[in-house]
Amino acid sequence: MQKPIWTLIGAVSVVVMAATVNSASAQSSLTNQGGDQTVKEIERYRQALGDGNPAELWEARGEDLWKKKRGPKMVSLEKCDLGLGAGVVKGAYTVLPKFFGDSDKVEDLESRLVTCMVMLQGFTYDQAKKNPFGGPDNKSDMEALVAYITGSSRGMKMNVAGNHPDEKRYYELGKKIFFHRGGPHDFSCANCHAADKQRIRLQALPNLLNQENARSAYTSWPAYRVSQGETRSFQWRLFDCFRQQRFPELEFTSSASVALTMFLAKNANGGVMSAPAIKR
Amino acid sequence: MMNQNTIGVLLAAFLVAPVFAIAAEPVSKPAAKIEAKVDTKKDAALTKAAQEMMQASFKTRGQASVDRLKQDETQALCSQYQDNPPKAVRAKIEAINQKLLKYPADGKLLGDWKEGEKIAQSGVGKQFTDNPDNPAGGNCYACHQLTKTELSYGNIGPSLYNFGKVRGYSEAIVKYAYGKISNSEAFSACSNMPRFGHGGILTEQQIKHVTALLMDPESPVNK
Repeated sequence: MQKPIWTLIGAVSVVVMAATVNSASAQSSLTNQGGDQTVKEIERYRQALGDGNPAELWEARGEDLWKKKRGPKMVSLEKCDLGLGAGVVKGAYTVLPKFFGDSDKVEDLESRLVTCMVMLQGFTYDQAKKNPFGGPDNKSDMEALVAYITGSSRGMKMNVAGNHPDEKRYYELGKKIFFHRGGPHDFSCANCHAADKQRIRLQALPNLLNQENARSAYTSWPAYRVSQGETRSFQWRLFDCFRQQRFPELEFTSSASVALTMFLAKNANGGVMSAPAIKR
Repeated sequence: MMNQNTIGVLLAAFLVAPVFAIAAEPVSKPAAKIEAKVDTKKDAALTKAAQEMMQASFKTRGQASVDRLKQDETQALCSQYQDNPPKAVRAKIEAINQKLLKYPADGKLLGDWKEGEKIAQSGVGKQFTDNPDNPAGGNCYACHQLTKTELSYGNIGPSLYNFGKVRGYSEAIVKYAYGKISNSEAFSACSNMPRFGHGGILTEQQIKHVTALLMDPESPVNK
């Protein structure tokens, strides 16, 4: 129901955009100097879309799921400690990943939600991790919960502590994973994300070792992807980066995914959360 | 030829989709850089722990088996030095890859530039979502400018426009072009560029075609 409307709006916007960029500016964009103009036009298009970000639908569904009595124990997630104490949702995303004593693990938002679904609601781990990334006919509860919780930190600054020994270790392991080259293409995260102003085709790539870029990249995830009609979590972002790196499949909430998130989240400290954002 | 409006509309449609996602990104200044220093003493233990963590965190899917996490010496050294090794290590990596570098047995290095252009455009191959029965692409445009007609090109690698015209169409340059595509690490340690021959991404014949795209005087690269 929802998707076609937004897809249509997206398509219309593209057409409007196409008409707006006249041949002169299009021609100037052929050169690197003209690239800025293209970026400006695209920013305008992005703002137009941002006025009605479909991610709001995920946020609303996530809030319902958070409050709904579910699982074998028929309780809600409202007693879940996301890092700022039981039941505190506002601002919780800004302190994650974090070490949690009850699970004895460093957890990002998604793995923390899995822990709460198991400990509070009585789901099995397999049940809690089922369907992490949704599609047209099987919307993901996880992505909805993630949208609601991250949306509750909108406008707040990233503030990952990283002082616990395990948090420090995860940061260092995450950094190692960032530079780990492998697979038939010899790719690591760093090959695309360790230099300023790089592009793949016309897609700009944030330099995740540059604080400003690291902040703007991290704080704009999760995001509604127009091309997919889905609101995607940070776990999805990493999963799909590794797919394109030609790596095997990164398992949902795996320790490597949390360590890499720790590295990227802490590097984004001080950045203001703007997620769920909207992306192509 | 298309009129200007047609070009504008096509171009805009092409440009918008891939780029607007990052439009909010501020233009990067020489801002605070995140420290990523190599500490060799602690390094070996940490590297091992990270590799074990990765082995436990990935699973084989389709053609992408967990074996891909294992590194050869080149990958391990480039990871250790964060792609910026000291001179001696750089020389070692290039020597290892010079040994690995293979040229076609028939001595012919040039294929058909038209086929090369198709390979340069194609970004499929080797992902777990790709059909392993289909040939992989080289995806050259992802990182390089090659022709004046293709406007959607990346900048991770240098522009290769007029590659042969500028360097001359000598046998030595043909050999260099083939070698660089087949195994970039033999010439430039810890290059971002995949080793298309060594990694089994492109076949010998495909590399010949891409070499022709760079080195055939009739190729749009040299027009």
